[in-house]
Amino acid sequence: MTGSPLRAEGLAVGYDGADVVAGLDLEIPRAKLTAIVGANGCGKSTLLRALARLLSPRRGGVLLDGRAISELPSKEVARRLGMLPQQPTAPDGLTVEDLVARGRFPHQGLFRQWSADDEAAVEEALAATATAELRDRPIDELSGGQRQRAWIAMALAQQTELLLLDEPTTFLDLAHQVDVLDLLDGLVAERGRTVVMVLHDINQACRYADQLVAMCGGRVHAAGPPGDIVDAAFIRDVFGLEARVVEDPVTGTPLCLPTAQSRRSRTRCIS
Amino acid sequence: MSAVSTTRTLAAEPLRSAPLPTVVTRAAGLAGAAVLLALCAVASLAIGSRSIPFPDVVAALLSPDASDEHAIVRDLRVPRTELGILVGASLGAAGALMQGTTRNAIAEPGILGINGGASLAVVIAISVVGISSVPAYTGFALAGAAITSLLVFTLGATGRGGPTPVRLALAGAVMASLTLSLTSAVLVFDAQTLDEFRFWVVGSLAGRDTGVMLSILPFALAGFALALAAGRHLNALALGDDVARALGQHAGRARAAAGLGFVLLAGAAVAAAGPIAFVGLAVPHLARALVGPDYRWVVPYSIVLGAAVLLAGDVLGRIVARPAELEVGIVTALLGAPFFVWVVRRRRLVSL
Amino acid sequence: MSARRVTLRRRRLSARVDLGLVALLGTLAVVVLAALVTSVALGDVAIAPLDVVASLAGAGDAADEFIVLELRLPRALVALGAGAALGIAGAVFQQVTRNPLVAPDIVGVGGGAALAAVSVIVFAGFGGAGAVPLAALAGAFVAGALLYGIAWRRGVHGQRLVLVGIGLAAFCQAGVSYVLTEGRIFEVAAAYVWLVGSLNGRGWEQVWPLAVALVVLAPAVLALGRRLDVLQLGDDLARSLGVGVERVRLGLLAAAVALTGVAVSAAGAVAFVAFVSPHIARRLARTSSNQGLIPVAGACGAVLVMLADLAGRLLFAPTEIPVGIVTSVLAAPYFLVLLRRAGRVGAAG
Repeated sequence: MTGSPLRAEGLAVGYDGADVVAGLDLEIPRAKLTAIVGANGCGKSTLLRALARLLSPRRGGVLLDGRAISELPSKEVARRLGMLPQQPTAPDGLTVEDLVARGRFPHQGLFRQWSADDEAAVEEALAATATAELRDRPIDELSGGQRQRAWIAMALAQQTELLLLDEPTTFLDLAHQVDVLDLLDGLVAERGRTVVMVLHDINQACRYADQLVAMCGGRVHAAGPPGDIVDAAFIRDVFGLEARVVEDPVTGTPLCLPTAQSRRSRTRCIS
Repeated sequence: MSAVSTTRTLAAEPLRSAPLPTVVTRAAGLAGAAVLLALCAVASLAIGSRSIPFPDVVAALLSPDASDEHAIVRDLRVPRTELGILVGASLGAAGALMQGTTRNAIAEPGILGINGGASLAVVIAISVVGISSVPAYTGFALAGAAITSLLVFTLGATGRGGPTPVRLALAGAVMASLTLSLTSAVLVFDAQTLDEFRFWVVGSLAGRDTGVMLSILPFALAGFALALAAGRHLNALALGDDVARALGQHAGRARAAAGLGFVLLAGAAVAAAGPIAFVGLAVPHLARALVGPDYRWVVPYSIVLGAAVLLAGDVLGRIVARPAELEVGIVTALLGAPFFVWVVRRRRLVSL
Repeated sequence: MSARRVTLRRRRLSARVDLGLVALLGTLAVVVLAALVTSVALGDVAIAPLDVVASLAGAGDAADEFIVLELRLPRALVALGAGAALGIAGAVFQQVTRNPLVAPDIVGVGGGAALAAVSVIVFAGFGGAGAVPLAALAGAFVAGALLYGIAWRRGVHGQRLVLVGIGLAAFCQAGVSYVLTEGRIFEVAAAYVWLVGSLNGRGWEQVWPLAVALVVLAPAVLALGRRLDVLQLGDDLARSLGVGVERVRLGLLAAAVALTGVAVSAAGAVAFVAFVSPHIARRLARTSSNQGLIPVAGACGAVLVMLADLAGRLLFAPTEIPVGIVTSVLAAPYFLVLLRRAGRVGAAG
């Protein structure tokens, strides 16, 4: 299949008052990892939720494989696009295996409640996230990193080409953050999925993203490979921060080092 | 028909976004509320099944003669107004105390089994002891409220950590269901008792003489003192037990004192007037809307506004069903419930 | 805690069955049946279980048959049906709102039914006796509709539903108190008994509506069970998994309101059953699947009401204690147990 699997055209979204996302065009590249970054309140999560069809746009629309997402039946969308919101909560006592199994819902029906495909998908998801040994443990007893991997396993079991994640690494310690990001990276590289995630850490986003989308005031400020668009001016415009941008010695991607102590003070760096 | 209604708690946010800021403005607001209360009191003296013009009311108070009208004002309406002020103020303060200590914006004086205990005591008074005059119920109701709250606190204090709000609510649920089942058991089989009880349980200021007010006055006053003193501590508690301790507050002791004040106030109110719903729930919200979450101000505002609201409800009850009367407990519920629902709808809910 | 699950597959059809759950449901079915037989056998005139069966088959003696078929069996069936309906409704409310402290009586549905029924009893007197069940049903529906409508704001979220429900319940309670002060003591006394919840004099006329409601609504609720499972992961996730969140919630709540309405119109406002049956079910069933929890809650409710009615009939014979009082009394030790458990957990909360 060619062409972008997920596209926003003139998208405007809001809640009760003004538009949070205003007239936005965006193309998500296939089989790549796209990271959406931006300052607090710039509309990242809102954009992601609109892309996932959780919010109805006020103007414009979202196209899934070329067709308007709002016109597709929800189960069909659910088979092609999966979303993991921030900090999901599970009912008490739910085991990992049960949670992952619920991800199969879009593929099931009244009479097809547990097909061989379902079983295989769950096993594969558990294996891919290394949670197979945790399958009988209740979710609330797991550590933060294990829990997040279990949720990702659920999203994987959905077996969608597109996976949207809202801040999947918040509240995880560094080792677990890297864990989760490597896992998602592997999904793109080895299984050809398309991953879109909102990240709050610009350096992580630069490391892992094939395409970076920077939001500012409800619009796309810049979109492209990190190496192409991230520089000091970019950081200043998007985050309001004075920074030096150097080459990450480990990965070669842009690395952002804040320089000024505060926005109003003079820079104290050695240039 | 009541059960545990503790749901996830709401943070106590003001209704408006900008509460009155300075001490002067807040004091002025309080004075304004006091003026409102005075107006309600005047209305309570002047309005009733028989309209008495205002100059005659004044005359009745200052230089009474033996006329019917003056008798009505002095013997019926003055005690009723005084009681309304005291009961309303008690309910408002009790509600503020309960919402402050439990950090639960839907806490109201009926929890902790106080109303259930008072009701059971009144039922016993009517059926077993044979009392049938409303003022005589007061003593029983006070005793019932006191005993049940003692049991609730004892029950809630079992286990590690002492009486936390959740455990108190559960203990309250135990007592509420016990008292409810015992009360129902008596009333199902004793229709005569039901015939009397059904009027008391509605919550009313009618038919109570000055003696009723005087009998609850010491408890109410002690309760007011505790409530006003607790303001600072409630502010610290609102930030959470850990933060409160870091600020040097002894969370357990503060809660105990607030709890005692609450029992005194809510017990006094229900003993005098029967269970009245929603005043204790709604008035602190109004106070917070005007003055913000500072309990040093919320408590005094709740006291004054509570009295005003209850009097207003009582007056409304006299107007709406002329020449009969609608009991104040019914008016407050019929008006309070939609208000409560409006509050709930308006705000984005924060769960603690 | 590994569930013994068996997958049944045949061509395109497949299902997964939890053996532990099947065993539990089987046991509960036996318990329900035993409670039913006991309810019919015991009373002023004790009838041996074998004779009960004989009467059911039409082969017993005339006196036994009358007691069994006209008096006790319909009453026990009403207890069974009302208990099952309340248990299922309570489970649905708790699972949909994700709040284990919720019950239809708390959120105003019971209150609406009570207000309507009590109004008819007090103001229409004995002539209106036939209209009482219908009034209760209508009251429940109106309250449910109000609850849903007022709580709706770009959708209905569990917490707001509960809070609006509390307000609605208090409003209805005030209305009930008012009605009780307006009537004559004869009607008020009858209304009070209804309020407490009683199975006295219940016969076949109450059984049929309950049976129809259960036969229609229980499978409907179960059919939505898997969607409810997904719904419990949160609205956003449920939507992204293809569940029509608002429609499923509306459907489930409507079914729960209907079940509550039918139960209350048959037995009065019996307290506590709708609240506690899902709790017991959760402890028994050890499953997070709603298709398992909901039937178990129904069975628990049925057993609870049948046994409570039996106790009410026997304990102080010949005086009959209304079933609602027995269930209220049972509430206190239950909360006490919860309190003990909260105490052991420590200073949390």
